[in-house]
Amino acid sequence: MSETGAKARIVLTVNGERMDTLIDPSKTLLEVLREDLQLTGTKHGCELGECGACAVLVDGRPVLSCLALGVECEHRSVTTIEGLASNGALHPLQDAFADLGGSQCGYCTPGIILTAACLLEAEPLPSRDRIREALSGNLCRCTGYLQILDAVEAAAARKAAQ
Amino acid sequence: MSAKPTGPIGKARRRVDGRAKVTGQTRFADDLSFPRMLHGRLLRSPHPHARVVSIDTSRAAAHPGVHLVLTGASMPIPYGILPVSHDEHALCPEVVRFVGDPVAAVIAADESTAADACALIDVVYEPLRTIASPADALAHPEPRIHEYGDTGNIHKLAALEFGDVDAAIDEADHVFDDTFFFEGNTHLPLEQHAAVALRDPDGKLVVYSSTQTPHYLHRALAKVLEMPAGHIRVIATPNGGGFGGKSDPFNHEVVVAKAAWLLDRPVKICLSREEVFYCHRGRHPVLMRFRTGVNKDGRLTGIDLQTLLDGGSYGSYGVASTFYTGALQTVTYSIPRYRFRGCRVFTNKPPCGPKRGHGTPQSRFGQEVQLDKIAETLKMDPAALRLLNVQPPDSITANYLRVRTIGLAECIRRVTASAGWADKFRKLPFGKGVGLACSSYLSGAGLPINWNDLPHSGVQLKLDRSGGVTAFSGATEIGQGSDDVLAACVAEVLGLEPYDIRTVTGDTDLTPVDLGSYSSRVTLMMGNAAVQAAQRAREILADAVSRKLEVGKERLVFANKRVFDSQSPDRGLTFQEAVCLAEAQVGTIGTTGSYTPPKSAAKFKGGGVGPSPTYSYTAAVVEVDVDPDTGWITVPRVWIAHDIGRALNPTLVRGQVEGSVYMGLGEALMEEQAFRRLPARLSHALVHKFPSILEYKSLTSIEMPDVHTELVEDPDAEGPFGAKEAGQGPLLPIMPAVANAVYDAVGVRVDEIPVTPEKILKALMAKASGKPARTGPGSFPAIPWPEALQVTPPDLGGDGRASNNPTRAKRRADAGIEASAGVKS
Repeated sequence: MSETGAKARIVLTVNGERMDTLIDPSKTLLEVLREDLQLTGTKHGCELGECGACAVLVDGRPVLSCLALGVECEHRSVTTIEGLASNGALHPLQDAFADLGGSQCGYCTPGIILTAACLLEAEPLPSRDRIREALSGNLCRCTGYLQILDAVEAAAARKAAQ
Repeated sequence: MSAKPTGPIGKARRRVDGRAKVTGQTRFADDLSFPRMLHGRLLRSPHPHARVVSIDTSRAAAHPGVHLVLTGASMPIPYGILPVSHDEHALCPEVVRFVGDPVAAVIAADESTAADACALIDVVYEPLRTIASPADALAHPEPRIHEYGDTGNIHKLAALEFGDVDAAIDEADHVFDDTFFFEGNTHLPLEQHAAVALRDPDGKLVVYSSTQTPHYLHRALAKVLEMPAGHIRVIATPNGGGFGGKSDPFNHEVVVAKAAWLLDRPVKICLSREEVFYCHRGRHPVLMRFRTGVNKDGRLTGIDLQTLLDGGSYGSYGVASTFYTGALQTVTYSIPRYRFRGCRVFTNKPPCGPKRGHGTPQSRFGQEVQLDKIAETLKMDPAALRLLNVQPPDSITANYLRVRTIGLAECIRRVTASAGWADKFRKLPFGKGVGLACSSYLSGAGLPINWNDLPHSGVQLKLDRSGGVTAFSGATEIGQGSDDVLAACVAEVLGLEPYDIRTVTGDTDLTPVDLGSYSSRVTLMMGNAAVQAAQRAREILADAVSRKLEVGKERLVFANKRVFDSQSPDRGLTFQEAVCLAEAQVGTIGTTGSYTPPKSAAKFKGGGVGPSPTYSYTAAVVEVDVDPDTGWITVPRVWIAHDIGRALNPTLVRGQVEGSVYMGLGEALMEEQAFRRLPARLSHALVHKFPSILEYKSLTSIEMPDVHTELVEDPDAEGPFGAKEAGQGPLLPIMPAVANAVYDAVGVRVDEIPVTPEKILKALMAKASGKPARTGPGSFPAIPWPEALQVTPPDLGGDGRASNNPTRAKRRADAGIEASAGVKS
């Protein structure tokens, strides 16, 4: 019922699957993911790019999906938290967050895990300060961050040992 | 129950809902959608205080895509969390009381259409005088923000006296008289509040909401909608953080329920971040004055405490918050004589309420900073001063709170040892400092919000031939791990793993009542109910297995998913075989457990706030770096020790403690729910200073210091397996420890929260010019205190009852005492 009327057709890859979909061109990537594709694992917290809850990976880099338009992602590859586990096996970050208290209410978790996943792709064994820096755009109100840092370190070690 | 656990209890492990959280499968309220669902927006007042003269909704109703426009006329019945302050309406029918108070709602095909239509609603307001501050509220009894309350714009006056406190203070060797201020701040849960309502196929109402208190929402909906509670189902979705901010029934919850009922379609409202700042219910700004008597040896003789709370525009939990500012001073240190007087005023700002620590952090700040000053004057070590005054275990305080186990002294010893306190305090170079502070918190409020004799928490178990166990509880998962506590308690008793238990929680149709996730009550109360239900189930299985194996029940062990003879472990059944055996013998297996707290020792009016089955204790040392040229403050290290009784899952307990340190540092250093006037050329309206996450500053992963956490475990007989709370108490010592560390670092007192560089610099400049080296409030205003309720303390033979009945005096106060009246001595 939006006034904008005409929808835009976009083709993009989401969690490895090709999507051919019609979207309202004014919608943010966050809205496209949550409302059009039913991928509600991506969260919203501030509406202005400050909290990091909506972070997803676009072509492997963290993007705040509340500040990106869906149409900007034409022909790009988007990874959301739903796409991180493979063949039923959790990503080492997911295991470590669950085991070590990195996730309390879980609302910031998808954005943080995806941001950390990008970090570990680029830097397999980051220092604790480097992890703090990489996650400083993702707010968490529950944990005080320390168990998150522990979890990222543990996941990095686990991945390195594989 | 504190039997030594052998199963999952006490082991650090993954929480039962961990997988859902890390895979994005946890379904928060705004993640829900239903066929034919509509969306709503609320129209909020741009005026801080105004009469609603008229509302014309015709243009909005005619807007394409709009299905319904609601105003206050459609929901005239008021509600509120406390029975004594049902002062809220789903939509304001006559008066708006803060910028953000809702007056109308639009339900439309999508959110943006609803928002567009809101702009087409024509509201005529007649502005009323704004009551902007407590000083304003005391000076201007008119216009009254509410037509109820103690007098004028004073919502609540409380006055309690336990023994002759004036004599106790006057006869002391030293009297300390200090005034402190604690600015308001807010919960800032990362998830904005959301609710979805719909009608079931059988026509009944269902409301999903990000609420910490589905039971109280249930009651509010039944009242406002005038429907039988049994025809309303409230489902608390997992909360994306609560911290007390989702504990009241909220406008949007009532609106979606009403709209879904009228339209017979699912309706959702998800608040914007700006609206979350308006919902608030966060930390009250509190001005406080502590007059404390101390003898030369460091023993406290008495405290005379006055508090003034800026309540904002509605009652919310405010009456309880007021009493909480004076409740817990006595459970940490022995205070033989004690007087507390508290005043909560209404102002035209978002309502304040319960934030983590609920009313107690503000006065804990004042008390712990004053103790630092006392130690300085007496030339005592602050740790030694505290150790000298620690309240004994199994005692009753002057204000009739029953202390059970108390690990405070151990916490102080552990934290000073790990911090290297003796080598640092008053010994670090200028600009570096350490500060110590302690605290205590309830492990659940001893009395329910609606006074009755019903259990505070119930748990049901279903066991069947699959070997599966389902645990049903009304408790609400807000991130703290209540589902994990439920599963772990049941698993421990039945010899299973927590992951074997299916949990069904926070659903008023399916689960027995639990009062909600507030007052740190869930682990203790739901845990005890879960243990009782599990023990009853175990008894049923043990009866059957005992007959089958021809072995006495006392010899049976439930462990490793088996039931076996302790003297011949090979002789036994699998858990599933045991359930089948029992089901064949006695029929369908279901058990219940309930928990009701012990009766309070306090029998006086106002004594309902503060009692708890047992209290947690915490001590913390904070280290600060202060730049004397700029006042810039950073916190490199924190050491904290928490008396948890027993850690059911140490991973989660550590998370609660560190999360509390984090939130406490935010309050100590930067977080402020502050207000400002718009420029006169606009409207001069009193508005929120910065209702956005961009400007409401909180710590990021970079500012968060390393924290050394120690858990002190001395199982308490009141808690499940000895457990006490962890979610709130550890926040409290952080703010005073920061202020005390600043004094150690640069020799100035900031008697105000937050401790900002500006305030430190101001105190340093005052010191340099020979003035008192302090930033903080000046005087405490004159408040028309009523005659105090006199309660003889236990050591003088009191029985917990008041010896006077000051209602006549209170009536005189109501008759129009001016705020300028002198303070009653």
